[in-house]
Amino acid sequence: MMATPADTAIRVQGLSKSFGSVRAVASISFDVVRGEIFGLVGPDGAGKTTTMRMLAAVLQSDEGEIIIDGVNVAAEPERVKRRLSYMPQRFGLYDDLTVSENIFFYAELFGVSRTERTTRSETLLNAAGLLSFRRRLAGQLSGGMKQKLGLVCALIHTPKVLLLDEPTTGVDPVSRRDFWAILYDLRESGVTIVLSTAYMDEAERCSRLALLHAGSIRYCDTPARLKEAMPGALLSVSAADPRGVREALAGKPGVLGTLLMGDRVHVRVDDAGNRIPELQALFEQRGIATAPIERAEPGIEDVFVALVGGGSRS
Amino acid sequence: MSASGGPAVLAEALTKKFGDFTAVDHLDLRIERGQVIGFLGPNGAGKSTTIRMLCGLLLPTSGRASVAGFDVGREPEAVREHIGYMSQKFSLYGDLTVRENLRFFGGIYRVRREDFAERMRFAISMAGLEGRQNALVHTLAGGWKQRLALGCAILHRPPVLFLDEPTSGVEPEARRQFWDLIHDLAAEHVTILVSTHYMDEAEYCNQVALIDRGTLIAMGTPSELRGHRLSGQLYELRCSPLGGALKALRGVTGVVEAAIFGDRLHVVLAENAPAGADIRRLLSEHGIQADLPRRIMPSLEDVFVQLVSRGAEHRVTA
Repeated sequence: MMATPADTAIRVQGLSKSFGSVRAVASISFDVVRGEIFGLVGPDGAGKTTTMRMLAAVLQSDEGEIIIDGVNVAAEPERVKRRLSYMPQRFGLYDDLTVSENIFFYAELFGVSRTERTTRSETLLNAAGLLSFRRRLAGQLSGGMKQKLGLVCALIHTPKVLLLDEPTTGVDPVSRRDFWAILYDLRESGVTIVLSTAYMDEAERCSRLALLHAGSIRYCDTPARLKEAMPGALLSVSAADPRGVREALAGKPGVLGTLLMGDRVHVRVDDAGNRIPELQALFEQRGIATAPIERAEPGIEDVFVALVGGGSRS
Repeated sequence: MSASGGPAVLAEALTKKFGDFTAVDHLDLRIERGQVIGFLGPNGAGKSTTIRMLCGLLLPTSGRASVAGFDVGREPEAVREHIGYMSQKFSLYGDLTVRENLRFFGGIYRVRREDFAERMRFAISMAGLEGRQNALVHTLAGGWKQRLALGCAILHRPPVLFLDEPTSGVEPEARRQFWDLIHDLAAEHVTILVSTHYMDEAEYCNQVALIDRGTLIAMGTPSELRGHRLSGQLYELRCSPLGGALKALRGVTGVVEAAIFGDRLHVVLAENAPAGADIRRLLSEHGIQADLPRRIMPSLEDVFVQLVSRGAEHRVTA
């Protein structure tokens, strides 16, 4: 994506951070365009939180540069903090304060005027579906509601950039959808969002992704283009005995990988057009009953495994 | 009561009340041996309460359940001896070695002294931890820890295994290896219950049980659930701006649901919905550029969200 400087909300260049002998973040660079939902995607230990903390100006980098909304983070951390909001994995809500009291506390902290905080919190609570819970103690909210309240607090000062570190961990699918609906509304209003996640299915919802592995960005593109970059094609073979299907596929030419699912096998092949009839014939010859082989759309996890692999550690 | 034959888990009208609140409400469930079954449900649906009852940690208020042939109400200790449990946080001791962790859990699970060497060998080879028996656990990468936690949970050869979001945050490739191990265990007739919020974990299960408001609202293979459970067909719609499109589609006859998904919309259309070209025209009248809707296979999440929100609507009107 080509971006003019005015479109660039975040520019990261050569960013590194080590803790002792561990290089948590190893010279990463990326740009985030205004109004994007940019995903930092990778397993635990990939460097997501360290990157987020550096973006939020709460952790100093060893090397490299971060510019957020035209301001250099290292040079003017306080000025940057007014333009962004950072929601760490454990957002500091006060369990013994009500929903409203938590919001007002953060409004005070960010210096939001009294009149503004009232209208702003109404709007945000409404969007989060929390309006009728204003007087409930935060400690009595469900996990999904707590995350939404955290988001409301993080947005009370109308930041231009929102940093969310694994915001939906432990949140159920219904609440997760609500949470994402709020993020999309924010994006439409021009807020730039950077979000980290270990969940590959969640990554699909971002407008652009960086696949992070052992502190490095291995690939960075839109979900659609990452899927196109995956070598080969993905096939789905539904069968009563998926294990039998997989055994039959071992070592067959053109089969790049197999994955045993609950009621089917995903097969990555070099060329779908040629391999579908070949494999169908193979199953018939072995007497393995399968549904007709279908092409399957790869998920981000398939892409991650094909492009990044498991690395050396596991 | 015998531990062989019969289903691995059988619940009949299983009910748990906390004061006035009914957490689990006449739940019926039958799980055959050797199944990998996914337990899905929103927070507060009664999922954890059900699992705690099935683990023999919580007594039912009424109804009954048996696990591995033992009654959870009358023989909770026998139930606990015949299950393995692996939590999300893999309760391992980081400052103990692999071998010491196994020995510790072997003690907890009362593995007999004469069986222990063989059980430990099995756990280590299953987890691929040969040569690392003396490594401190905190030095292991996520995938190893996860497999060690599984090894600890099956030291006493439990016929039924409970896993709680077992693969969250683990490297994708290690995660796939883990699911292979789970299916290997299932092939040896171990029954595995996986409780999760993540649909991609559910996709690894042979059967998926969806729990809401304390009852079982759907159960089937992932494909069955994807194929038959939506009240309409799912379409993907590329359009811009997305927010405007969402508003324009709300209230249109036959549009059952519309939600933003990444850079496109997911729309569920009933039979009486306008044709694709008409939807495109309708959107263009609102100044929205759109492709023709493309029919796609619903994900388990689409199904889950629809079934659960249907329940929520029901609850509001009831």
